[in-house]
Formats: sequence, C-alpha cells, structure tokens
Amino acid sequence: MLSGTGLVAGYRKGVAVLDGIDVEVPAGRVTGLAGPSGCGKSTVARVLGLLQRPWEGRVSVDGDVVDGFRHSAPRAQRTAIGMVFQQPRPAVDPRFTLHEVVAEPLRATGRSEPIEALTEQVGLTAELLRRRPHEVSDGQLQRACLGRALALRPRYLICDEMTAMLDASTTAALVRVVDRQVEEHGTGVLAISHDEALLERWAGRVLRI
Amino acid sequence: MTACTGADEQESEPLLRLDRLSVRFLLSPRRRPGSEVRAVTDASLNLRPGRVLALVGESGCGKSVLASALLGLLPANAQVRGRARLYRPDPVELISAPESVLAGEVRGRGVGLVPQSASTHLTPVRTARAQLAEAVRALRPEAGAELVDELARRVGLRVEDLEHYPHELSGGMAQRVALALALVADPPVVLADEPTTGLDRPLVDRTMDQLGETARRGHGVLLITHDLSAARRVATDVAVMYASRIVEVGPAEEIFANPWHPYTAGLLRALPEGGFEPIPGHPPVLTELERLEREWGCVFCQRCPDMPGFAPCTGNPELIEHGGRWVAAHAPC
Repeated sequence: MLSGTGLVAGYRKGVAVLDGIDVEVPAGRVTGLAGPSGCGKSTVARVLGLLQRPWEGRVSVDGDVVDGFRHSAPRAQRTAIGMVFQQPRPAVDPRFTLHEVVAEPLRATGRSEPIEALTEQVGLTAELLRRRPHEVSDGQLQRACLGRALALRPRYLICDEMTAMLDASTTAALVRVVDRQVEEHGTGVLAISHDEALLERWAGRVLRI
Repeated sequence: MTACTGADEQESEPLLRLDRLSVRFLLSPRRRPGSEVRAVTDASLNLRPGRVLALVGESGCGKSVLASALLGLLPANAQVRGRARLYRPDPVELISAPESVLAGEVRGRGVGLVPQSASTHLTPVRTARAQLAEAVRALRPEAGAELVDELARRVGLRVEDLEHYPHELSGGMAQRVALALALVADPPVVLADEPTTGLDRPLVDRTMDQLGETARRGHGVLLITHDLSAARRVATDVAVMYASRIVEVGPAEEIFANPWHPYTAGLLRALPEGGFEPIPGHPPVLTELERLEREWGCVFCQRCPDMPGFAPCTGNPELIEHGGRWVAAHAPC
C-alpha cells in the first residue's frame, strides 16, 4: 500500500492546498482521484510521488514511512513509484530519441536490460523509437512516458491526468496498458482525472477531493 | 465534387466554403529527399450561420494545419491547393489573398480565433480589460468603452474580473477573455482551435455552451477538437478527419447515433461509455500517406475492422454522398 495520512501541503506560505487529507493506494488495483481544477489533485500526486515534502502528515510505501523527499528520498522508495504527467512534451528531454526516453531510468540506475518487451507493450514500433519528441504526436510521446514510468517495474504508478490531452482511441489504449500492468504485476495505480466518466469505467474505487 | 456539411443545401448561404483544400509541407531535400508531409488532403466543408461544425480527429491528423491555412498563418514551406472562400463581411479567397487583406479584413474581422490554452495566449503584463480595450480600439474604433463591458457580460465574465492580470485568472476565466477577444469585431466565423485543453469537465461544458450560444446569435463556429464528448455537447454538424483527409461529414446527431466510417465508429467505441476499445494500430505517418493510398486504396485500411453491412474499401478516398451525409471509401451500398 502507498498511503498518505493527514497530508497538509501547499506552495505558498500559509496557503494550504491540501488540508489534512488521507489517500490510500492499495496494490493490485486502480484507485481513482477526482475533483475540479485547482482542488489539489496534482499536489497529491507530487506528495505521493515523493516529489514534494508535505508540511504535515506522513507518506508510507509498503508500511515504511518516508523520511526524505525529492533527491533525499532513498532510491528504493523513489523507484517503487512511477509517474506519468498530463503533458508529455515538457516531461521529456527534446534531444533524446523515444528509445532513450524509455531507457533513461535503466541507464540512470546502472541497469542494462532490453526494453523491447516494454516498448511493444506500450505500443511503440521500432520506427517510432528512433524518432525524437518533435517528430511524434502527443499520443505517441505519452506512450513513451508511460514506458519510462514502467521501466523499473514500479510497485505503484501515479497517472496524473495521463490522458487529458489524448484522443479517445489513445486514451483507451493507454488505460489498457496500465490495466495489464495491474493484472500481471499487481501494480497499485492512482489514476487522477477530472473526467468522471473515465474514472467510473477505469477505477474500482474513486476518491473525491 | 459537391462541398458539404450535411445541412440542407437550401438552408442558407455559407459563411465559409472549403473546396478540395490541400496543404503539403516540403521537407528539406538534404534530410529526406523528395519527401513531403501531407497535412490536409482535399478537404471540402461548408460552414453556415448558426451552426457549430466540429472537426474531430486524433492529434497530428491535420486539424490545426487546416485552421492555420484559413488564417494565412502557414509556414513558408507549405504548399496550398484548392480553395477556401470566406463570404462575409466581403468575399475573400483566403488561399490567394495577399497578407494585407488577411491582416486587414480576415483575422479578427472575418474570422475570430479562440486559441488553444487561453492563459498563455494573453499578454501577461496587462490586465484583461487593457487587452480587450486595445482590440476594441483597433477593430471597432467607433465603439466606446461600453463595448468592453458588454463583451465581458456576453461571455459570462463579471465586469470586475476584467481588472485582473492573466496569471490571476483561472483557466476558465482566461478562456472567456479569449472568447470575448475573438468576438470584438463580431466576426461571421469563429474558429475555436482546441479551446478546452487543460480545462476540467464543468469548464469544458461551459466553454462549449458559450460557443453554442455564439452560433445561436448567428455566427458560424468551426470547432476543432479531439474531445468527442465536448463536440457531442454542442456540435450541429461533425466532420471527422483521419490522416489528413476528412472521412465523414454529417449532422452531429446522426453521426453519433450511427457512424458510417469505421474510423468514426472506432472513435466512438473507444469512449469510456462506448466500450473503451482502442482502435488497433497507430495512425500513419503523414509522410507515408501517398504510398499507403497507392498500395491499400485508403489510409485507414490497415486499422480497419471488418464492418458488417459495409462494402469493402473501394480504394476511392473521395467523399461519397448518401442520404444527405458524406463518407469516404467505406460507403454503404
């Protein structure tokens, strides 16, 4: 279980975006998180993804309370959680090929494993993998971002509006990739979206803030 | 070929008529010899007053290039063929018009643009009021400052919201300021290019309702979007674009209830409420379209599930009329 308890967090001093909320992301299931723009959904993603230290409350990964956030988070905890963001373009290095984008987490952790099974799973062909971000569509780039998030086989995956910019067919395709990950590897998924129809279909349980 | 929207041809004169509009980008011969990107191929459409025509399709299918072509905003390596005629206020051939006409009569006056991502479209260092007032001075010098307040009210902004700078506006408010800016000169055509990117569902619905309201006041709205649910809420007519071609055109209700082209049907089946089934495969690369059409007859064949009751692909990508609707290749017989 990836969980946050009594989370208080924000950006500007004195203005709390999250006001003591609890979030539980169990393994092997898709948990939805819904709410209107500006309600703090993405802040939940940042805190549970260990990218931002909450002002109060605690985050725990499989029962271990997280002490360090951002660069001071221990590697074992950081790599246990994968993230996919709404906008794929600012989320990748424009100089990388899609192959390099997907393989980056492996390179950074000193592992050299083939990524072909992974890239096939997210639906990227060899021809697409040779291209750079400016030569592919948002949907194809988001496939690479999902592949990157899955490269280290994380136990938890946070999808922060992963499909908000995508057309219906690519949305359905990426949701299917994530679902397969849940079934085959028992990954716990937090699916954040403002699209209630999507979450109703995708997530077993939907939290609202 | 007859141009089409699916609306009754006798209904009213069009505001905008596209006749076999094509846009190609020539790639640098050093990098990819002889290759060209087909962004728009033989697009024919009519936009009439009071209608919302939604141009839907996945990202990269050529929708936004079509919008840029109408505003004369294509890069220098673009080659445009075909015609796009704007009928009001004065008839203009958009493709051959000189820049002075495009700048003086088309952008803002004939065609108002509602941009993608409104908050970054606005000047960050000036208030919403200052920007609206500037547009009013430039486009409607005879109108007074009251027009600014009236436009704000028309798009659902409070007059005091106008005193804010763009970073102080929410995404929805910035979107309304952008719509107000597009309406300053009361342009016959409002072109909304993915106007709901990054907005949540209630704001998407609200933006759509405002575009519908704009059409009811007599404007013609061309709504470019990948969001089928948004299009469904407000569109009177739908044109579906795939790999640079418009593959199906017709009244919105009929297309959503009974799509003819397998691509349209696939998109509807991919919606969460439609079954959540992705269309297999990827859209083709736009540099490969010519080869695909030569070898397969049409660009969708490789992803096409067998559609019961439909003729096999005729290899003819032209739109075929059938009962007031138009569909490419996979026409019912």
